[in-house]
Order: sequence, then structure tokens, then C-alpha cells
Amino acid sequence: MDIDGFIKKVEAEIEDLEPGTLTADKDYREIEQWSSMYALILIAMIDTEYGVTLTGEDLKKTYTLRDLYHTIQSKL
Amino acid sequence: MDQTEFSFLIGSLNVNLLQNNYILLKYPVCYLYLYSLFRIMKAFISHISEYFPEKIYSNDDFFKEFPHLKKNEATLNKIGVKNRHIVDPDKTALDLAVEAARQLFKEHPIRPDEIEFVIFCSLEFDYTLPSTAAVFQRELQLPHSVGAIDLVSSCTGFIHALSVAKGMVESNGINNVLLLFPSTLTKEFHPKDYNSKFIFGDGATAVLMGSRNEPGVGEFVFGTDGSRSDYIIIQDGRGRNPINDDSFKEIRNDYGNITCRANFFMDGTGVFLFGIKTIPLLIDDILKKNNMNKDDVDYFVFHQANAFLLETIRKKADIPEEKFIIHLEHTGNTVASTIPLAMNKLLRDGKLKPGNSVLFAAFGTGLTWGGTIVKF
Repeated sequence: MDIDGFIKKVEAEIEDLEPGTLTADKDYREIEQWSSMYALILIAMIDTEYGVTLTGEDLKKTYTLRDLYHTIQSKL
Repeated sequence: MDQTEFSFLIGSLNVNLLQNNYILLKYPVCYLYLYSLFRIMKAFISHISEYFPEKIYSNDDFFKEFPHLKKNEATLNKIGVKNRHIVDPDKTALDLAVEAARQLFKEHPIRPDEIEFVIFCSLEFDYTLPSTAAVFQRELQLPHSVGAIDLVSSCTGFIHALSVAKGMVESNGINNVLLLFPSTLTKEFHPKDYNSKFIFGDGATAVLMGSRNEPGVGEFVFGTDGSRSDYIIIQDGRGRNPINDDSFKEIRNDYGNITCRANFFMDGTGVFLFGIKTIPLLIDDILKKNNMNKDDVDYFVFHQANAFLLETIRKKADIPEEKFIIHLEHTGNTVASTIPLAMNKLLRDGKLKPGNSVLFAAFGTGLTWGGTIVKF
């Protein structure tokens, strides 16, 4: 698991998102498309890809994809 | 010799009931007991009928009401709902159940006077007392010999009611149990609660449980976690929290969805996590309790909460797509009716063959969960 691969996986889940839009230190919730559904989509993708089930609280505590990446790593 | 003596005789000799020719030869009456015991004591789902209110609330209607959500249309479509039926404000769950039952009597070879027990499974009742099931008896003019109870359960309601009905048929010799699953949940939504308005729809199913020689409903698995009762809840308006000044104050979640304590609330993320963690384990438990493998099951019919959650569970539980039913596009989540509706779709499409096994799994308010395997 590396952070670039993780960012690509997140981008692939988001509709109408140009590749390269997300970066490790950008607040992923600031993208225009962000909604409660994306919280579920991210939880499902992380569960499937990494076998880690994040909670809503885990998501709330993170702002950037780097935060999210570290949270996943801490649960691996 | 009565049944107790017969059981004692069999038990004291410690023999196999079906294979001991000595007993059967010496006591020919045992044939009759065996015949009567096994002839009428196995419950099975014999018929399903459905009813929906006329009014339809489409996705177009939804985006007209909530235009700021149009930008989220692609992700909302993952929920898998395009239309939902909405009950008129002056109609109740009983009205929907009555219509579903009338459909059952119209579509299938069963008469009202053949019903021996009614289970009205819902969250919405006409009165604090008497039971709505009793009023249903009057509406359908069922015989006075009928038993009738209300069962308070929501998304797991079909499994709860099915297990009670199976017990009635197989332990008490009751035949033709009528199970009713009406939902008018949309009446409980805050006008600004777009999440619930997108997911849920109203409707009712009437399911007839009959009896036959072969087993039709397998062993059940149940679960309950009351520590998460606030995941899906209407906080105010009943015994614990009467309506007060705060009951109608708007409560906005992190994503802008609005409800209040007097209206329906659902923690979507919490329920999603509950679903993906609990249901794959529930499937394993159901298979184990019924001594079956995943490959032995012809179809998997789960509570149709939403297509995205179902698809996530399907992938996690490694269930082949062709065996997995998603059926909520034109109904939405209709609470306890979703499993019988999906089941009825399989029947209507001619996909179910005699002897097919279908695994049911349901989950929801409580939090509760449960399931079984039925045979057709």
C-alpha cells in the first residue's frame, strides 16, 4: 500500500473527477461532488481494498487523504 | 394410545422413529400418528400478494423538490431507487394491509374463511388499543375463530413474523397464517429529510403461510443490539420522551440533511457499517444452522435497504451476481415488505423451481437482524 496508489483508488470512486485533482494534503471533502454517499463509498472501497472497516468517526477525524491513509495503516 | 404415550414408547425404546419396523408392525396405529404428525406440520410460504398506493414520487419529483442535490445525482443513483409509492395522508398501514390481503384472495385459491391466524407486522398502528390485527379481522370479515396479533418490527419484521408463524403451524397445528407487512413510514419524515425521502417508499405485502409434508422454512438465526437503538429512531412522541418544545426543532447533520426529534432519524453511515459487518457473518450463521453450504443456496434475498449497501455486502460475502436479488427500483425500501416483494418477483419471473432454496437475511431498527432458508 502506497499513498499514490491510494489516492488513485479514491479518485476512481468519484464521479466526473479529473485524475490528479486530489492530492495527499488537500481536504478531500472540499471537492464539489462530496456528499454523505461518498463517505459510504470510501468506507466500502477501503473495506474491500484494504480489509479495514473505518467508522464515521474515523472519517470525521481526517481532513486530508494523508490523514486517511495513516488511519488505514494504523488499523492494518 | 395418545400422542404422549406414543412419544414415551418411542423414547423409552430409544429407536429411530421412522425405521423401527417392530413398533410399526406391533402398533399399526403408529402409522396414523406418523402420517398425521408429518402430513400437516411443516410450514411453507404458499402465496404472496402486494399493494402500493397510487401516488408515485419519482427521482424527477425529488430533484424538483431538492434542486441543490442534482449535482449528486450520479452517486444517489447508486441507491438503486427511481420511483417510490407514497401513501395518502388520510390512509393508514391498516388500509394498505387490507388492500394487499384483498389482492391475495383475488389472485390465489384461498378464501378469508380459511384463515386461522393473522399477524399484522408493522411500525404503524391505527390505535394505541385495540390491536390493528383485531380491526383487520373486521375489515376483511374473517371468521371469529381467527387469532390476531400485532407484531412491532420493522426491517427485520419479515423474519420475526415468519418465525412466529412457523411456530404456530409446526407446534400448534394452525394452518393458513396470514402475515401482513404494511409500511407508511414516509408519513414520519421531516419535510426536509431528503435522505429518507430518496430511499423509502410505502406499500404492503400479504403473505400466506400454509402447511405441507415437506419442510418449507428452515432454522432461524436472530440478533439484537439495543446499544445501537438510536441508529434508527423517532425520539419523541411516545412513553420515554413525550412531545415537548424541542421536538420539532430542526436538527441538521454534517452533510446538511434535516430532521427533528419528532420525525424519523437514521444514521446512514452507522447503519451501513452495521450492514457490512453483521450481514456476512449472519449469512455464515444461517448456512451453518441449516447444515448447508453457499453453493446449496439457489437465491439470496436480503432486506432491500438500498442497492449500494446490498452490492457491498454481496461482494464482501462473495455471492454470485446471478444468485443475488436486488429489487427496489420502483418501490424503494418498503421496510418489512422488501423480502416478500423480491421473493414475489422471483416467483412471477418463473425463476423459482420446486425444491429451490432461498436464503433470507434482514436487518434494521433495533438494531436487529435475522434470517433463515426457505425451500420451494
